[in-house]
Amino acid sequence: MGVADLVFYLFAITTLVGGLMTVVSKNPVHSVLWLVSAFLSAAGLFILLGAEFVAMLLVIVYVGAVMVLFLFVVMMLDVDYEELRGQMAKYVPLALLIGTIFLMDLGLAFGNWEFAETAKAARAAPAPDPGELHNTAALGRLIYDDYIYLFQAAGLILLVAMVGAIVLSLRHRKDVKRQNVVEQMHRDPAKSMELKDVKPGQGL
Amino acid sequence: MIGLEHYLSLAAGLFVIGIFGIFLNRKNVIILLMSIELMLLAVNINLVAFSYFLGDLVGQVFTLFVLTVAAAEASIGLAILVVFYRNRGSIEVEDVNVMKG
Repeated sequence: MGVADLVFYLFAITTLVGGLMTVVSKNPVHSVLWLVSAFLSAAGLFILLGAEFVAMLLVIVYVGAVMVLFLFVVMMLDVDYEELRGQMAKYVPLALLIGTIFLMDLGLAFGNWEFAETAKAARAAPAPDPGELHNTAALGRLIYDDYIYLFQAAGLILLVAMVGAIVLSLRHRKDVKRQNVVEQMHRDPAKSMELKDVKPGQGL
Repeated sequence: MIGLEHYLSLAAGLFVIGIFGIFLNRKNVIILLMSIELMLLAVNINLVAFSYFLGDLVGQVFTLFVLTVAAAEASIGLAILVVFYRNRGSIEVEDVNVMKG
């Protein structure tokens, strides 16, 4: 068993353990951290498969942004998570049953099968030799040449998600004093100040 | 030697863990969203593994788009969750049964 095989098993086991602990751990903060470990080891697997760009994307976008978002929300909401877990034991048999059925379904796909003879010829974009053109450059050419409309659509999806998230979570509070810039700029010394001629010894 | 089957069984296991989590944490929406992320990760592992073993880069392009959609889904889902918590003071799935505007 070579080093690559050992690394695969290491990353595979950490991914599965991370995933399992995500769904069974008591504290949601721990869940998020286990999910981070699952994503990091999946990124390791992607590097093992020669997909460096997707691996780095997973680390930066997922671990760096999405998981931090989850962490923010988990810590921001003041929820009694113990109460939410109350009836978890009740669902374990059903969950195990459905999980086993699904695993058996997916297991049916395994067995003695290979890529078809024509599969190699039917490739849409044969991967170049990593020595000549590395993964990121090859992916970049593919995305900007052949998949440019899909790429733009992905950008549009992100824009819509951003606008939607802001619209949903922005709230205008009425009970807060706000700065009114226009009003401030139109403030006139003649209207806002009054000079009084105070006689000595008399006061106002 | 690690073949395609190894990656496929890993992805199948991860996908099933995601489904298991959805049924196990029926009340906590945050863990539900995380389970969905796990299932999407399993899909991504499948796509990248097929892309590598067939030698076709398109699988990785699709992984990119799956990642994009998953990130958008997570952000919108969490925003809805925050609004729901603000209105109802709870994040229990069973409380999400009032369709009033």
